[in-house]
Amino acid sequence: MKFFNFHLMPYRHADLDAIAKNGSAWVTFSNRHYDPQKGAELYHDYLDQMEFADKLGFDGVCLNEHHQTAYGMMPIPGVLAGALARSVKRAKLAILGRALPLLNNPLMVAEEYAILDNLTRGRLVAGFVRGIGAEYHAMGINPAYSQERFAEAHDLIVRAWTEPGPFAYVGKHYQFKYVNPWPRPYQDPHPPIWIPSQGSGSTIRWAARMRYTYCQTLSPIAAVARFFQLYRDEADKAGYQASPDQLAWSNTIYVAETDETAVREARPHLEALMNYFLKMPTEMLLPPGYTDPVSMKRVRAAKVTGKPQSIEDVIKAGVVIVGSPNTVREKLAEYQDLAGFNTSLTKTQFGTLPADMTRANMTAIAEEILPHFRDRRPQGARREAAE
Amino acid sequence: MADHSISTISIRDCRIRLMRGGAGAPLLFLHGGGGVGIWLPCMAQLAKKFDVIVPEHPGFGASDTPPWLDTIGDLANFYLDFLDQLDLSGVHLVGSSLGGWVAADLAVRNATRLASLTLIGAAGIHVKDVAQVDGFLSGEEQRIRDLFHDQELAEAVIAGSQRPELEDAALKNRMTTAKLSWQPRNHDPHLCKWLHRIKVPTLLVWGDHDRLFPKDYAFAFQRLIPGAKAVIVADCGHLPQVEKGDVFAAELEAFIGAMRIAA
Repeated sequence: MKFFNFHLMPYRHADLDAIAKNGSAWVTFSNRHYDPQKGAELYHDYLDQMEFADKLGFDGVCLNEHHQTAYGMMPIPGVLAGALARSVKRAKLAILGRALPLLNNPLMVAEEYAILDNLTRGRLVAGFVRGIGAEYHAMGINPAYSQERFAEAHDLIVRAWTEPGPFAYVGKHYQFKYVNPWPRPYQDPHPPIWIPSQGSGSTIRWAARMRYTYCQTLSPIAAVARFFQLYRDEADKAGYQASPDQLAWSNTIYVAETDETAVREARPHLEALMNYFLKMPTEMLLPPGYTDPVSMKRVRAAKVTGKPQSIEDVIKAGVVIVGSPNTVREKLAEYQDLAGFNTSLTKTQFGTLPADMTRANMTAIAEEILPHFRDRRPQGARREAAE
Repeated sequence: MADHSISTISIRDCRIRLMRGGAGAPLLFLHGGGGVGIWLPCMAQLAKKFDVIVPEHPGFGASDTPPWLDTIGDLANFYLDFLDQLDLSGVHLVGSSLGGWVAADLAVRNATRLASLTLIGAAGIHVKDVAQVDGFLSGEEQRIRDLFHDQELAEAVIAGSQRPELEDAALKNRMTTAKLSWQPRNHDPHLCKWLHRIKVPTLLVWGDHDRLFPKDYAFAFQRLIPGAKAVIVADCGHLPQVEKGDVFAAELEAFIGAMRIAA
């Protein structure tokens, strides 16, 4: 299994009571709560952690994009990727991903990713997402065009990378007389494309048909297994057998000496993530048109944004893995076999977890977990059962 | 005895649902983003003097969602086709909220089949420095409370909105409303440049407690449309035709009556 150190770069000094009072850390949570002195410190801490992950032997580091939120301070992930492109020497650099529909000019992502791929001499992983619903409130982009804009921007970027320019592009949302970006990507024909999603059926099926690596965001492991099975089934229909390397699970891992210590240490920081940084009203998460009415009704019925979650809840559901080295190894192996993935996108920092505890966690994962999974692939009857 | 009929009509490739009742000069009512709703008491009242026609817009409720529907201008052109196909003339065009935006846009494009224009709490323009609620960010119940001045009425509407069979239409309506009005939010920056072209008599009916498009919007429309008359309805929110249906119907009848005398 491959391990990527996935950072959300939260503004971990955020006043949790103020977030609770506002109802969310997103869009309407005033940036008066951002202290640039503390923020600058955090950016450097977090970039240090990414460089540390490289030294510890993680296979990659991941950034992502969110706007107008204390949940993550990476509205323009390319800036931070640029800062890491020369200091992360060996690991892959993954942006998971740029939110394409938010862009009025997708060619700028074709350019940005191509520069990063050149700078890293081919270590870039190019993630494309639609962004969560809150981004559409934050960025003034019509959610009813989210899927159309994603499809068009994706097609344009891939064509810009693979077809000799200049050529003209005329779409519904984007039109260019000249498509001819310099530089071209370092990797041939282009950087690997990874598609993170919350579990949208149409996105999973599309990723499978395109043979793009599918990344499942924060979800109970049983749901992850179902989503990955959908991917494999769709690959079968498309006439090929999906490899576990095409499936990545985005999780959170915290390792300490014993299960009790791990839970005690992780609790406030993980619960801050679940119950403060992630919380938002349904209207913010799912603006009209962002997803089809069937999915909208399913989510509304599940009331996903409702009740507070304890660390025990998310451990039990297999959203996160927290415990002694032995417990974490057992759970991770069990989940790998259950869901059939071969990449772990692991948040080693989460919520309010401070720098010293993050580094200790990263070291423990590198020493106690990574070596045991280096050559491990999903085992068991899952693949056969699917056939 | 039913005072109106419900039917389906095809305009070119698009089937829409239509409520229609009464006889007299045609009165075409264009609903807002919340959907067509029921045949209102004010519609029954107006049907005594007019041929009241209440279509459900493409993309809403039981009507088709045509692939060409992207903008308010698309709806305005659709209703020009509608007027042509039904061969209606001397039409009193009434639009509420998003429907008011469609009506104003239509009247700018082509008013040859119109006798008058009435905008109720209409979207379509932007007035600076006016506090407006964000209906896309409020919860369902708050959204309904924000529509009304009378909060007892709001609670009654909330109680009536909790039926699962209404959910599909509500989601469809909200999706189409977002498509048409999310960005730029609730207006077309170019519309205000051409509202002066509206030459038919125009009535502006606004609740004095409209939280979505406060009455400053009525005054802004009044400045932009030559000779427009503004009526501010007391103790009323965003939907005078619902909350003060009697007042609304009486004002509209009086306006059209005065117009005829003037003619």
